[in-house]
Amino acid sequence: MEALVSLFIQATFVENLALAFFLGMCTFLAVSKRVETAIGLGLAVIAIQVITVPVNYMIYNFLLADGALAWAGLPDVDLSFLGLVSYIGVIAALVQILEMTLDKYVPKLYNALGIFLPLITVNCAILGGTLFMVERQYDFAESVVFGVGSGTGWAIALIALAGIREKLKYSDVPDGLQGLGIAFIIVGLMSLSFMGFSGI
Amino acid sequence: MSEARTVLIDPLVDNNPVTLQMLGICSALAVTTSLLPALLMCVALTSVAALAGAAISALRHRIPNNIRIIVHMTIIASLVILVDQMLKAYAFETSKQLSVFVGLIITNCIVLGRAEAFAMKNGVVMSFVDGLGNGLGYSVILIAVATLRELFGAGTLLGYPVFELVTDGGWYYANGLMLLPPSAFFIIGLLIWAIRTWRTQQVEKPEYQIHEVHRTEVY
Repeated sequence: MEALVSLFIQATFVENLALAFFLGMCTFLAVSKRVETAIGLGLAVIAIQVITVPVNYMIYNFLLADGALAWAGLPDVDLSFLGLVSYIGVIAALVQILEMTLDKYVPKLYNALGIFLPLITVNCAILGGTLFMVERQYDFAESVVFGVGSGTGWAIALIALAGIREKLKYSDVPDGLQGLGIAFIIVGLMSLSFMGFSGI
Repeated sequence: MSEARTVLIDPLVDNNPVTLQMLGICSALAVTTSLLPALLMCVALTSVAALAGAAISALRHRIPNNIRIIVHMTIIASLVILVDQMLKAYAFETSKQLSVFVGLIITNCIVLGRAEAFAMKNGVVMSFVDGLGNGLGYSVILIAVATLRELFGAGTLLGYPVFELVTDGGWYYANGLMLLPPSAFFIIGLLIWAIRTWRTQQVEKPEYQIHEVHRTEVY
């Protein structure tokens, strides 16, 4: 239990996907201009991350890993080279399913998330989460916690940056630094402050 | 021929995918702590971008429009698997350092963005050149960042000492911050500033104009 809590803290703050591993940067910078949209995207990312990491865990451990097909009578088969194609397929399919489910049962949330859902398919934070799970050989419980933690961390960073940029548009920034340039500097400062959590 | 040259050269500075279009920064910055993995990453991404452009362009009349994203991703993912296996076979040590980031080329927006914006509308050769150009544009930024970080962070380039470190009896104090994630953000931010000071047409307009009040208006 203690190990899971510390994994959560680590995934959320110390090894924040956006600020320590630069994952999902494109969306991170493009969608952080308003707090409202940032919250929508943040929630969508958490939802998808929580589902995809455990699902991909099962795909990897019951279908792809070396000897994983032993239950089907094929103990010598190693399909792990198919990993990347399968993960991205799973992510695309899950995003589609979530989109349809939300549209049918919670149309309000669906409208709020709007265009962000399909964008998530190509968000590196999602695929990155899965790849880290495989590389670090988490078990099932750990992969669930890692999914929640890393998604939450990404969302926190996104919403915080949106809050700063909303205020920032009233400040007098040098011409060449306007927009993208100053956003990078701010993300750098945020990344510096998130590193302060590494002592925990 | 001149058209091909424009397509190749344009993404290097004038239309750089990283600093101007804000694409493909995602997976890359983490590998820039030293130059060697960064170079390998550039080669991997450029070859995937060029080959994916050519492959998608060759299939462009056969890909049904409503499932095109999935088809693109499958093609790109297959190419990335090839690159990944090659790296594991011929550069195992460095591929360990790159860890998950080779796999993340799949979701690199440059590859998918060029497939969507260019390869679906143009011929095979031009799409190949376009992928090559954008891959090189990305490489320029990546190599610049990696050079700065390795040089000032560890005093070496490609593992060879350039600045004598104080710990080895030299004069240079290694700047540890350069090896940490925040420095990559700062360097890219300053790089964008430098490029936009040079090419002023790339400057973004402020969203909010500060109204200058003249003394005469107040009274």
